[in-house]
Amino acid sequence: MTKNNPLIERLAPWIAVVALVIIWEVTVRVFDVPSFIFPSAMETARALVTYAGPIAMHSWQTFWTTLIGFGLGVAVGLVLGFIIGSSRFLYNACYPLLVGFNAIPKVAFVPILVVWFGIGSVPAILTAFLICFFPIVVNVATGLATLEPEMEDVLRVLGARRMDVLLKVGLPRSLPYFFASLKVAITLAFVGTVVSETVASNQGIGYLMMSAGSQMRMGLVFAGLLVISAMAMVMYELFAQLEKRMTGWAHRGQNR
Amino acid sequence: MAAAFVTFDDVSLAYDTSGNAIEDINLSIHEGEFVAFVGPSGCGKSTFMKLCTGLHAPTTGAVRVDGATVAGPLKISGMAFQNANLLPWRTTLDNVLLPLEIVKPYRHQFRKRREEFVGWARKLLKTVGLEGYEDQYPWQLSGGMQQRASICRALIHQPRLLMLDEPFGALDAFTREELWCVLRDLWEAQRFTVVLVTHDLREAAFLADTVYIMSRRPGRVIERREIELSRPRALETTYQKPFIDLVQELRAQIGEVRST
Ligand SMILES: Nc1ncnc2c1ncn2[C@@H]1O[C@H](COP(=O)(O)OP(=O)(O)OP(=O)(O)O)[C@@H](O)[C@H]1O
Ligand SMILES: [Mg+2]
Repeated sequence: MTKNNPLIERLAPWIAVVALVIIWEVTVRVFDVPSFIFPSAMETARALVTYAGPIAMHSWQTFWTTLIGFGLGVAVGLVLGFIIGSSRFLYNACYPLLVGFNAIPKVAFVPILVVWFGIGSVPAILTAFLICFFPIVVNVATGLATLEPEMEDVLRVLGARRMDVLLKVGLPRSLPYFFASLKVAITLAFVGTVVSETVASNQGIGYLMMSAGSQMRMGLVFAGLLVISAMAMVMYELFAQLEKRMTGWAHRGQNR
Repeated sequence: MAAAFVTFDDVSLAYDTSGNAIEDINLSIHEGEFVAFVGPSGCGKSTFMKLCTGLHAPTTGAVRVDGATVAGPLKISGMAFQNANLLPWRTTLDNVLLPLEIVKPYRHQFRKRREEFVGWARKLLKTVGLEGYEDQYPWQLSGGMQQRASICRALIHQPRLLMLDEPFGALDAFTREELWCVLRDLWEAQRFTVVLVTHDLREAAFLADTVYIMSRRPGRVIERREIELSRPRALETTYQKPFIDLVQELRAQIGEVRST
């Protein structure tokens, strides 16, 4: 393995971004793509500046609905994961159901949610929730369900109850899985919110892109895309850092 | 001879329909005795431990410990295995303290008496040579050190019965001999009853008062051998003729088991 310069390694993601933007700009110019089909990077940037106000407002809407949906997902995911992971019977019973549920495209729920709750933030929050709790449940349940039998013997002989074993060993052991799943879940939550906003809202980035698209203002549509992915990346990074903080023991010495 | 502490009366155990894992076990171990079990792989040594500690009930026969029939997990026992199984998110000290957070009556006193318990743990860690490593995490310790900590964890609640299932099996020869001496000294000082499962005949002969040899599955005790070597035993004796002869005899007996 060649040793990379740490500075270059740190800058690598930014270099990749810059390279992508340049390729984007050059491609659009060279092939002379009309801007109502595929706007150039410059045009997108211009839209980003021109419409900074509305974009900020709609982003904020998307951001907080996503966070609420995600928060619900974490709460329900943890509880459900704990319940399912703590019993072999429930694990076997519920797993197929969860997999089946997860296979349903969540956009299919949006019309139902609209009938129940009307157009607006609620369907967006619930779609974000529905799409993001699954990885959390699976990760927590799996972490709990995989216990070394010998460790269990050591504790059981001391008169440990099932709950003791779960709290002292199972839960801490599943934390790395849990934190890893948060990263995935937050990005999924953004997907859920935006999908719902595009069909059932008059606020949020999803709505903004939809209406801008119908007016052929592709610069604004792409600006919306950029903002969503920027928000998702920031949140992902935040949870990646949190994961590192909370579960350092899982990533250091691997000699078991 | 002292009264029996652990007795097995015609004990058999079948996990499933595939037949007995362990069969017709009759033996008694007195308090403070150090016994070792040797036998081919899969003959039921770990099963014996589960029966002894009440983690598994016998299919037929009865196990009695300290005068009472074993009906559930016996909290007067401590266990350690080949894999140290320390929890990686706890420091060595907190790993050793874990049993006190669980076993009665200490679990209810844990907060109040924590200082005192920490004192016990530190003292125990010191006797096995882990002084100064209390605040290290398991993954910062060598395999031998992890195993020492694992034995401390098994002993922290002052069990009367210590169960060791191939505790030194994964260590190199030098570390293993070091740990024999650690275990010997702990036992000499506290005289708890020890059941040691091992594949190493030298280990069994050096540490134990009595060595039981088991047959292949279904496991039966086919030989009981008292080790007459005087105590305390020094590691050097393991390189002297009487000891070597003894190990050779045990070896021959195991050979007979394997060929039948
Ligand atoms: N939970 C279980 N369910 C079914 N069969 C089991 C179970 N545990 C052990 N056995 C069987 O019982 C027999 C004895 O197993 P045991 O683990 O006691 O052997 P052992 O002497 O400890 O072997 P080793 O030296 O390899 O550790 C084996 O044939 C094994 O397959
Ligand atoms: Mg075994």
